[in-house]
Amino acid sequence: MFGFGILSGLLILPLVGAAFILTLRGDSEAARSNARWAALATTIATFLLSLVAWARFDTATASFQLVESHAWLTETIRFKLGVDGFSMPLILLTTFLMPFCILASWESIGHRVKEYFVAFLVLETTMIGVFCALDLVLFYLFFEAGLIPMFLIIGIWGGKRRIYASFKFFLYTLLGSVLMLLAIMAMYWQAGTTDIPTLLAFKFASNLQIWLWLAFFASFAVKMPMWPVHTWLPDAHVEAPTAGSVILAGVLLKMGGYGFIRVSLPMFPEASEYFAPLVFALSIIAIVYTSLVALMQEDIKKLIAYSSVAHMGFVTMGLFAMNEQGIQGAMFTMISHGLVSGALFLCVGVIYDRMHTREIKAYGGLVNRMPIYAVVFLILTMANVALPGTSGFIGEFLTLMGAFRSNTWVAFFASTGVILSAAYALWLYRRVVYGPLEKPALQGITDLNRREIITFAPLILLIIYYGVQPGPILDAFAAPTEALLNNVQAALATVKTAAVAAH
Amino acid sequence: MNPAFTIPAFGPMLPEILMAAGALVMVLFGAIRGERPGYGMNIIALALLAVTLAAVLILPSERVETMSGSFVVDGFAKFMKALTLIASAGGVILSLDYMRREGISRFEYPILIVLSTIGMMMVISANDLIALYLGLELLSLSSYVIAAFDRDNVRSTEAGLKYFVLGALSSGMLLYGASLVYGFTGSVSFPVIASVLQGSAGIGAIVGLVFVSAGIAFKISAVPFHMWTPDVYEGSPTPVTAFFAAAPKMAGMAMATRVFIDAFPGILVQWQQIVVFISIASMALGSFAAIGQRNIKRLMAYSSIGNVGYALIGLAAGTQQGIQGVAVYMAIYLAMTLGTFACILSLRRGNVMFENVEDLSGLARTHPVIAFCLGMMMFSLAGIPPLAGFFAKFAVFNAAIEADLVALAIIGVVTSVIGAYYYLRIVKVMYFDEPAERYDAQPAGVRLVLGLCSVFVVLFGIVPAPLVAAAGAAARSLF
Repeated sequence: MFGFGILSGLLILPLVGAAFILTLRGDSEAARSNARWAALATTIATFLLSLVAWARFDTATASFQLVESHAWLTETIRFKLGVDGFSMPLILLTTFLMPFCILASWESIGHRVKEYFVAFLVLETTMIGVFCALDLVLFYLFFEAGLIPMFLIIGIWGGKRRIYASFKFFLYTLLGSVLMLLAIMAMYWQAGTTDIPTLLAFKFASNLQIWLWLAFFASFAVKMPMWPVHTWLPDAHVEAPTAGSVILAGVLLKMGGYGFIRVSLPMFPEASEYFAPLVFALSIIAIVYTSLVALMQEDIKKLIAYSSVAHMGFVTMGLFAMNEQGIQGAMFTMISHGLVSGALFLCVGVIYDRMHTREIKAYGGLVNRMPIYAVVFLILTMANVALPGTSGFIGEFLTLMGAFRSNTWVAFFASTGVILSAAYALWLYRRVVYGPLEKPALQGITDLNRREIITFAPLILLIIYYGVQPGPILDAFAAPTEALLNNVQAALATVKTAAVAAH
Repeated sequence: MNPAFTIPAFGPMLPEILMAAGALVMVLFGAIRGERPGYGMNIIALALLAVTLAAVLILPSERVETMSGSFVVDGFAKFMKALTLIASAGGVILSLDYMRREGISRFEYPILIVLSTIGMMMVISANDLIALYLGLELLSLSSYVIAAFDRDNVRSTEAGLKYFVLGALSSGMLLYGASLVYGFTGSVSFPVIASVLQGSAGIGAIVGLVFVSAGIAFKISAVPFHMWTPDVYEGSPTPVTAFFAAAPKMAGMAMATRVFIDAFPGILVQWQQIVVFISIASMALGSFAAIGQRNIKRLMAYSSIGNVGYALIGLAAGTQQGIQGVAVYMAIYLAMTLGTFACILSLRRGNVMFENVEDLSGLARTHPVIAFCLGMMMFSLAGIPPLAGFFAKFAVFNAAIEADLVALAIIGVVTSVIGAYYYLRIVKVMYFDEPAERYDAQPAGVRLVLGLCSVFVVLFGIVPAPLVAAAGAAARSLF
């Protein structure tokens, strides 16, 4: 229609929903209810549309599909969209999580309801945009644009220290990203274009690769987040409303990993190999150190936030192992973590909505009053620990295997993180759910209501389904992973031949 | 026998002639008609600006020199004149309601705006140092008067006086620099200066260049000649501040570009250092000094200093790409600054104008539309995509990277992150804080300007190509 394809549709649809909500007048209960339903309908429609895209998607090929290109900034900087096996699952993850975010905000958001849903729908557009942009300037545009709605979501509907957290989130991410912008410009003047498929085939000079890699690393490492630039994440997570945390953990963190696999690895293979030890070191520190930090947390959300940093450590480790298992495992971990951590934050949201505290100390013995909740939380905790049979296991196992093939010691240290994650997650579960129900405030707490059960059921089913049946996702990654590795190997081989010839 | 007097071609000067004739008619009309309520003179001024804009746009884009080579029209002049005329029109529209309510609605105001605009157009088209100076003085003298337009107000008169004293000093420096350049090159004409100064220049011409740069830096309020800006911006009536922040900036950047690119292209290395320094200093000062400001007009003064620093990045590159960046930057800056001042002019309750940051408290709940527009302006000024301000910064930084000014670009992006802090603070006050009392309804003129600017800033990202292409054509005409 009008020369726009299905990916444009995915970008426009949430904006249409947002525009519709903006036209609603007044702040009556009816208007709020309409806003909620409109947001839910929009996100579900977007999800269905992304399923259509998925149906048209061919997992057998590594090339970009559903490509569309429109005139934009200049002849060489175009509005170009397309997906491959790496980005398509992340788009599905985004569109899949959004309805749950809307559902999770159904009752917990009491003021400025319309603005809230508008911000969320705009955020959805920017997230989908990041994953389907095939032009680096466009990629940057969506990458940064997401800051505006997220800033408002944390700042308006967040907790006590929301203002500090929102500023920290915004400025930290912005500082990382602006260097990436300069790198994109440098690439533009080198290659004459910012078209991603063209740049994937372009060979940058070795010394330039180092600088470009570092500039992109500054941005992706903050977004990921990697140790030591992860400190914005616990603050942002703790202060954000539940749905904000879900999206932050579920999708926004994946932009960093996606950036590594879309830009850093394939476009700067030499620099990636050169810096792999650095990334390994930071990943191991992230895995071990943040797991230890998580052990000591007294705030449930903060604990899960630190556990996210540890899981992202597995992702970066897997990506820079630069072999099939590592990369596929990293991608799988991202999808799985998106589901698991998203669901875990929803879990925290459930008890926060009832008790309005996230202190671990305030809870205990919930199993007596909330049996269904206890089961849900248990499954999610196990998935977070990467118990076999849940999706978490597949990803962690593959990344560790990839790391083992690349560097045994890295795998050794990283696997201690598996034990630590069991320690903090199970301890959290024990303190919150088990034990006697002594606190007077908890006496009247109610179990999950129907809306909440509807929210959790699909997430849990998917987590278990992908735990025993990872094939569908891994198949999508297979072709682009192979193409990526072939390119990287070819690039590294030519460099080595040249080095040998020079001697 | 004296050579026969040849009549120069007046065609290329049509817009200036129209404006000048219009201004004289307005003076006569105003003097005969006397002081009357209503917007009659303002409407005449707006019509004059609109007609002139049309005249500018229909001029051919090829480079034409006239008046013995002292006046030049090319694509760049057309582009910048169009921006200047739009900025002046914005200044007039924003003043309509304000001047009436403050009881300073006099017929001289639109006339002075028109006169000042003629000065700007002269400056943009000046092709020698004399013409440049004449245009600059016309622009400046009119500006001094309108800064003090609220003549019973101490702050306003102080602003006017301060502007006049410091402005006279800077004019003096520019004139002294011009005389040195003339002395060491033997000509005031830009093309002749350019042909004389090739490769290396004598110390005298360099000193002249430095003085000329100082005069220019004053006009565009670049560090270290920015001291007048916060006081004048704060003291002047708010619509006048909006006008100062928009129109003379367009002319000033055009003048800087014209002088450096047309007159001193052969000694780029020498002036590049100056421009790089001014640019870095302006960006840094604009970012840091704005953090502590509580008055929005003062804050916008520092913001404009910072923005001039970013625009100068494009000039520092000295390439066609860089000038394109300057043109794109100024066009987008125009929309952002007029939009922001339209928001400031909306903060009125009864007869009191509010201009402190905390007066914006909770604006998102009392006036969601204004808050949204101002929020978008702030994010745009901070350079966050997909708003227009991002494309402005993209254009200048891209040029800097092309010209290998990597350090300048890195300093620029880092200061832009620091600057983002104070723009975010305004968003925070509007969106996160508790609401204060409602303000009066927006006057129609303010609403019009705000609406147009907001639509431009928010939706620019969808179709950026026309402006970028127009700026590209403008820049091409200089090389």
